Amino acid sequence: MESALIDMQGICKAFPGVRALNNVDFSVQPGEVVGLLGENGAGKSTLMKVLAGVYKQEAGKVLWQGQATRFHTIQDANQAGISLIFQELNNCPNLKPLDNLFLGRERFLKGLPFLDYSAMRAKALELFAYLGVQVDLDREIGSMSTAVQQMIEIAKALLTDVKLLIMDEPTSSLSDKETAQLFKVIRELKARGISVIFISHKLNEVFEITDRIVVLRDGENAGEINPRTGTMDQLINLMVGRELSTLFTRRTGSGIGGEVLRVEGITGAPRVLDVSFSLNKGEILGVAGLIGAGRTEMARMIIGADPKTRGKVFIEGKLVRIKSPRDAVRAGIAYLPEDRKTQALILPMTVRENLTMSIHSLVLRLGTFLSRAKENAVTDAYVSALDIKISDREQVVNNLSGGNQQKVVIAKWLATKPRILILDEPTRGIDVAAKAEVHRMIGSLADQGVSILLISSELPEVLSLADRVLVMHEGRVKAILAQSEATQETIMNAALVTEVQEVSA
Amino acid sequence: MEITVGDAVPVRATRNRSLVTRIIQSKESAIFLALLIIMGVITYVAPKFMSTSNLFLVSRQVSFVAIVAFGELFVILTGGIDLSVGSLMALAGTAAAYPMSIGMSVTAAVAIGIGVGLLMGAINGWLIAYVKIPPFIVTLGMLSTASGLVLGLTKGWPITNIPVRFLPVAQGEWLKLPIPVWIALALGVVAHVVLTYTAFGRRTYAIGGNEQATFLSGINVKKIKFMLYVISAVAASIVGIILVARFNSAQADTGRGWELDAIAAAVIGGTSLAGGSGSILGVVIGACIMGAIKNGLVLMRVSSYWQTAVIGVIIVLAAGLDRLKAKRS
Repeated sequence: MESALIDMQGICKAFPGVRALNNVDFSVQPGEVVGLLGENGAGKSTLMKVLAGVYKQEAGKVLWQGQATRFHTIQDANQAGISLIFQELNNCPNLKPLDNLFLGRERFLKGLPFLDYSAMRAKALELFAYLGVQVDLDREIGSMSTAVQQMIEIAKALLTDVKLLIMDEPTSSLSDKETAQLFKVIRELKARGISVIFISHKLNEVFEITDRIVVLRDGENAGEINPRTGTMDQLINLMVGRELSTLFTRRTGSGIGGEVLRVEGITGAPRVLDVSFSLNKGEILGVAGLIGAGRTEMARMIIGADPKTRGKVFIEGKLVRIKSPRDAVRAGIAYLPEDRKTQALILPMTVRENLTMSIHSLVLRLGTFLSRAKENAVTDAYVSALDIKISDREQVVNNLSGGNQQKVVIAKWLATKPRILILDEPTRGIDVAAKAEVHRMIGSLADQGVSILLISSELPEVLSLADRVLVMHEGRVKAILAQSEATQETIMNAALVTEVQEVSA
Repeated sequence: MEITVGDAVPVRATRNRSLVTRIIQSKESAIFLALLIIMGVITYVAPKFMSTSNLFLVSRQVSFVAIVAFGELFVILTGGIDLSVGSLMALAGTAAAYPMSIGMSVTAAVAIGIGVGLLMGAINGWLIAYVKIPPFIVTLGMLSTASGLVLGLTKGWPITNIPVRFLPVAQGEWLKLPIPVWIALALGVVAHVVLTYTAFGRRTYAIGGNEQATFLSGINVKKIKFMLYVISAVAASIVGIILVARFNSAQADTGRGWELDAIAAAVIGGTSLAGGSGSILGVVIGACIMGAIKNGLVLMRVSSYWQTAVIGVIIVLAAGLDRLKAKRS
């Protein structure tokens, strides 16, 4: 066997009070695509940060191309040929693709301090052609889709002599089509001898793209799986250390009642065209579609966060005017946004403060002052009901794991006692166990009579939970499928195919 | 899993840190310690600092800055800024002094002064919250507009002939403390209660922490922002009017540069200009530190030209120390 590109041996790293990594071994061969899996907090990010020189390990060594190495900064690692592509993209949204691509590596006109745009343009077009993406070089990159921005990041890595690409949740906001494109690129890179570390919560993708899957659990090596011979169950077993048979079993909605919410002809910029549907009591209506199909935009219009140019919302048959999220809360609609950190949580505030954010009027004393006792009571009740793992209700939410943060958001909205719950990607970026818990919670809420609109890009999630599935395509309702009709194929067909079809309601 | 929430069962007790620990660990106590050290040094160099008559003067001056800074704090907590407080002081002072000088009742005149300030604050708030022009631009425009209004209306002449019975508001004392100190204390308590114990206060901090999330939580962010600029303008107006009693006249250049003093008091008191953190107590201590240093420099016969430089260094130092602490934790 030739020497590994990177070989980490016996890595130990502790933080105050936490043993983050304990004697972890991890290696990548040249041209190998390695999946790195584990629940949140299993030590994946810490391991990658040790690799890239962000953290210094207490014990163990890192061999880079056979040489004992220690990178002192990310720049060091970059220099050596390691590129990191993070979940949250690191780019300047106000700049155009060329300026982003060549930031810090600008090409200059010979002997002059001026940028050589024609050289940069030529190089960029070459890279984009190689990656198979169409990029408008004259637009600010902030206005482009995540998929395109990610490709620009990869192009940036290719500009340097990259040997190892670390991708942390690269597909979390990509549609299936875009993911397929990304995988094509990963295979290209692999063929050129570039290695990839692929970190993801989407297990089927990990099986599809990787050559080898390394699983961490509680900061230790839990084992490895060969994606060609191993099974999903074995992988989950390694990750959580127990069977999760409840994962992705199909829910049978019982006791679905009459119509609670009816949306008629909602239209607005950008990307929402004449959307109509109805939602019944205790029903889970899944909303599927590609990224950019207008699902989040539609939800934001329903709750009044963005203006709609046309369309009506009826609750229990009565027309309601919802002009702001405040009106929505009053009408009994709760909306869990897709990005909990930027849209749902006040990160520097405590669990208690976040949890009572939408119910201040219910926790008052003398009608004026916030009652700490009432706030505490509500917080404790939901913390225990949702099994939120915190040491203290005064803990700052920024320090919680993704799964627990999401539970705080759910608790905050359940506290408003909503009749209608709109969930936008409720399990994005949370670990397998927490995901299963959130799924059970959603099912249980529907059983208690809450009507749920479940926007999700994960088809297994939609298929296992939804009573009906609404598929959006380019801002329109393309199909509404009954549970019996909804399969991976019928949904993807509706989401992908462009020609106009009869809408089945 | 049953997630109906019935009786509230306290699942885990809050880690009970003793009051003493909490006080010692608070951000304010570190700043307070700094204040004590500064006062100690000044007293050592210029013993006159601790004399009753000097402390009387200093505390009065500090209370003026503190009240303006209270209003500024509300705005800064949401990540905003109010640059117009200084010129609003002059405008409100003039608006109150003129009716007084021509014989209108003091109460009515004060109401007019505060009313004018409130109106200007409402204009600030409306442009920022509803028209969505950045606070820096709006209040910079207001700084210039309000100060121009005063100069235009008074042609730069001071308004005198202030009724004698109005003067104690600034010059009087009660229980050995200057009246302005009592006013500042009262306003400080009210502001502290509003920020700490009301939904309005909680939401103000929330907007500074994450405006989008606060909006999506069903909170009327625009209304709160609007009100914050009104609060800031009213606080400044109150000081502007008290200063009329202090100088026995309304001057067009009253309040010039006070926006910087107010912002400095807030920053020295541990307020983050990015929003989301800061407290009334911190602002009080911040204002005291500024007042003590300014007075100390005077007592040490340092030219007033140098004072501004020293204050500048201290602001950057305070913000730098804060940054250092944030990095370490």
